Amino acid sequence: MAKIKPRVKAPKSVAAGEVFTVKTLINHKMESGQRKDKAGEKIPRQIINKFEAIFNGTPVLTADLDPAISTNPFIEFSMKISEAGDLAFKWHDDDGSVYETSKSIAIG
Amino acid sequence: MKTLTKSTLMGGFLALSLGFAATAGEDSTLVVNGETPIPVRAAAPEGSPLPELFSGWVFRSVETQAMQADDFDNPGMIFVDQAWEAWSTPEGSAGKSCADCHGEPDSMAGLRATMPKWNAEAGKLYTLEDYINESRVKHMGAEPWKWSGAQMTGMTALISLQSRGATINVKTDGPVAEMYEKGKEIYYTRVGQLDMACSNCHEDNYGVMIRADHLSQGQTNGFPAYRLKNAKLNSIHARFKGCMKNIRARPYKEGSDEFRALELYVASRGNGLVVEGPSVRN
Repeated sequence: MAKIKPRVKAPKSVAAGEVFTVKTLINHKMESGQRKDKAGEKIPRQIINKFEAIFNGTPVLTADLDPAISTNPFIEFSMKISEAGDLAFKWHDDDGSVYETSKSIAIG
Repeated sequence: MKTLTKSTLMGGFLALSLGFAATAGEDSTLVVNGETPIPVRAAAPEGSPLPELFSGWVFRSVETQAMQADDFDNPGMIFVDQAWEAWSTPEGSAGKSCADCHGEPDSMAGLRATMPKWNAEAGKLYTLEDYINESRVKHMGAEPWKWSGAQMTGMTALISLQSRGATINVKTDGPVAEMYEKGKEIYYTRVGQLDMACSNCHEDNYGVMIRADHLSQGQTNGFPAYRLKNAKLNSIHARFKGCMKNIRARPYKEGSDEFRALELYVASRGNGLVVEGPSVRN
């Protein structure tokens, strides 16, 4: 599989208490475990099973993903903050790896 | 009975025309990232069998249209990012990368709008894929990429993106005239168990529903296209193959002379439209 690279879109700065949208996208094949290869062998499941968005150590959104989620999962959510800080994102893969990125958001 | 059938068909057609208008209102426009307007309609070039040219974007649902209007929402951009990395990664026996000869990818600006074109040195009609593989083999000493593989479609997407907004202007005369005629013949020849030609859908019936979907004019300005059905970028030849399978014909091979000729002819039908690739389609 090609290199996994998460993408996140969030505003650089927001007004305190303002509701803003965060969009995330990660390239991942999300192999469901239901398919068989040409030889009839089951292709083992490999999906992103958990997504987390954490702002200054406080979880904003935690989602358990299941095999029916499509390839290249796109997750969008809204939030508001009262202080500046770092919004950290984590995608947990079935194989144990965790893909991480973060964005700093300022108040202004 | 015959009259009844005809009126039912007429009724159906009218309803569908309205449906088409709802999806593709005269005023629907594509503005990428809220700042780059992309014209999706164009006056037909002289001698065109079409009254007006429409990008395939016009025929898609509002949601799909919106995905393409934002580079973040456009999943095709994932592959552009990957190709960007590949662009400056040395490969092959010469230890060179694309960047060593070509600099930044924006040196490719405008190229996509003229493809496919005659390569005098090779004495052959060249597509973008040919140019990429020639560079890989000749100058990098690397293995050629598969025609519709992820690396190839990613790279064609990166190169197409540099021409975003450029008006398609494919040459059809001179040394390529023969290929153009060949492509035209393929376009209008009925094949397969369903006995259909490209023109039956994409010229006679665009805007009409085919099962749950609107038929487009079959323009190539949005390629490589990210298709929601297979969640990856698709090359022009892969799409040709899909069409041929749908009409129960035996497809030509990707990269065959037949598909090159067809690509040239179909691209020339879009002369005047604007490069969109990588686009988002069903």
